[in-house]
Amino acid sequence: MNTPKELKYAKTHEWVRFTSDTECEVGLSDFAQDALGDLVFVNLPETDTEAIRGETICDVESVKAVSDVYAPVSGTVTAVNEDLLDSPELINNDPYGAWLFRLSNVTDTDELLDAEGYEKVCAEEEQ
Amino acid sequence: MTNKTPLYKEHVALGGRIVDFAGYFLPVQYPTGVIKEHMAVREGVGLFDVSHMGEVTFRGKDALANINYIFTNDYTNLKNGRVRYGVMCYEDGGCVDDLIVYRMGEEDFSVVVNASNRHKDVAWIRKHLSGDVEFEDVSDSYAQLALQGPLSGEVLGRYTELPQKYYSFINTQILGRDVIVSQTGYTGEYGFEIYCRPEDAVELWRELLKDERVIPCGLGARDTLRLEAAMPLYGHEMDETVSPLETGLDFGVKLTKDFIGRDAMMARKNRHRIGIEITGRGIAREHCDVYIGDRLIGHTTSGTHCPYLKGAYAMALVDEAYEPGTELTVDVRGRRIEGKVTELPFYKRER
Repeated sequence: MNTPKELKYAKTHEWVRFTSDTECEVGLSDFAQDALGDLVFVNLPETDTEAIRGETICDVESVKAVSDVYAPVSGTVTAVNEDLLDSPELINNDPYGAWLFRLSNVTDTDELLDAEGYEKVCAEEEQ
Repeated sequence: MTNKTPLYKEHVALGGRIVDFAGYFLPVQYPTGVIKEHMAVREGVGLFDVSHMGEVTFRGKDALANINYIFTNDYTNLKNGRVRYGVMCYEDGGCVDDLIVYRMGEEDFSVVVNASNRHKDVAWIRKHLSGDVEFEDVSDSYAQLALQGPLSGEVLGRYTELPQKYYSFINTQILGRDVIVSQTGYTGEYGFEIYCRPEDAVELWRELLKDERVIPCGLGARDTLRLEAAMPLYGHEMDETVSPLETGLDFGVKLTKDFIGRDAMMARKNRHRIGIEITGRGIAREHCDVYIGDRLIGHTTSGTHCPYLKGAYAMALVDEAYEPGTELTVDVRGRRIEGKVTELPFYKRER
């Protein structure tokens, strides 16, 4: 499992890449994409949506099931990755390149984990 | 308690993601992934462990009379070496299970039932046996492999002769082991099912996988394949509340003979199974309400993204028959997604 050190993570398996103090990109971790299996549909949020940490912001669907994506921090959606609409498999192929959405005015970052902390969460879930 | 099939260790060694299915630990997928496993069966060849399936036998002078009374189909003219689908119903016409019958001899029938229903089926059958018949649950005496896909005959043909007709079988040997090979399956594809002794399963499994074209496939692909081929699954397209006539299994029901549930199902036929192609954005799964305009017409029974057809499809039980092309919507988690009625099966192989 690949867990880049430069990213932050939520225990709900989203990764966060800060592009400034108050802006970030959000995607799904390698652990998440592997657990979900082949993704076949992504339901992205609309821009200007207010993301609230810990609440459902959008969902992704594998062949097997639909899974909620939770906002790992609070903020305002400024962009979504429309490439994923036609090619959801990008999340499987390149989980840390395939961002889902970008946020501005980012707050509620206290519960984010570093790579090491997130790997522990994954190890516990594997049990 | 959850059982392990004789191939459990093979699945773990291959990196299979193990789940509890119908009381058995089985792989939902291997690291290959559901889509590639699915495509292997449509375009190449895939190998499944289906040892969880139940097998029961009816033997004796009245074996035929019993299966003709307990099952919906008519097996009178089923020839030795042939296989025929059927359903087992309650008195009210709801389904106990669906099954396939192998005629092993004049007075000797083997029946394959769903793993999840095995104990319920056995109890129901025992309760309705009559006359000179010996009934036995032999599920634990068989392992079962399914080799499915256009190349399956080429692969399996290196080891044994093959049953030439769809829904026929032969008793033969592979690697010196006694097996039954039938041209059957649950994928909508050309393929074979191999019944063997549990202690022979690992050797056969490993031997078939020596051919690098053979891709091990899990329950996930088994489900997407059967759905793409619109094959009904107990607990989805049918259950104790649904009659086989409602769910489009008329071909397996012979109303001209007497059997358990016949009169009730004739009196209550009112619903229909339809196919839905999702034309909007999203995937309809089971238990979604289906509407035409604002009118609720029924609910989906199965649905997913079909990898070969590369689109979202669902089956639904609805209040009446609708013409292909009829536009409808499906409520997917509070969102109405557009779809249209489409003919079943969604996928049919070229013969």
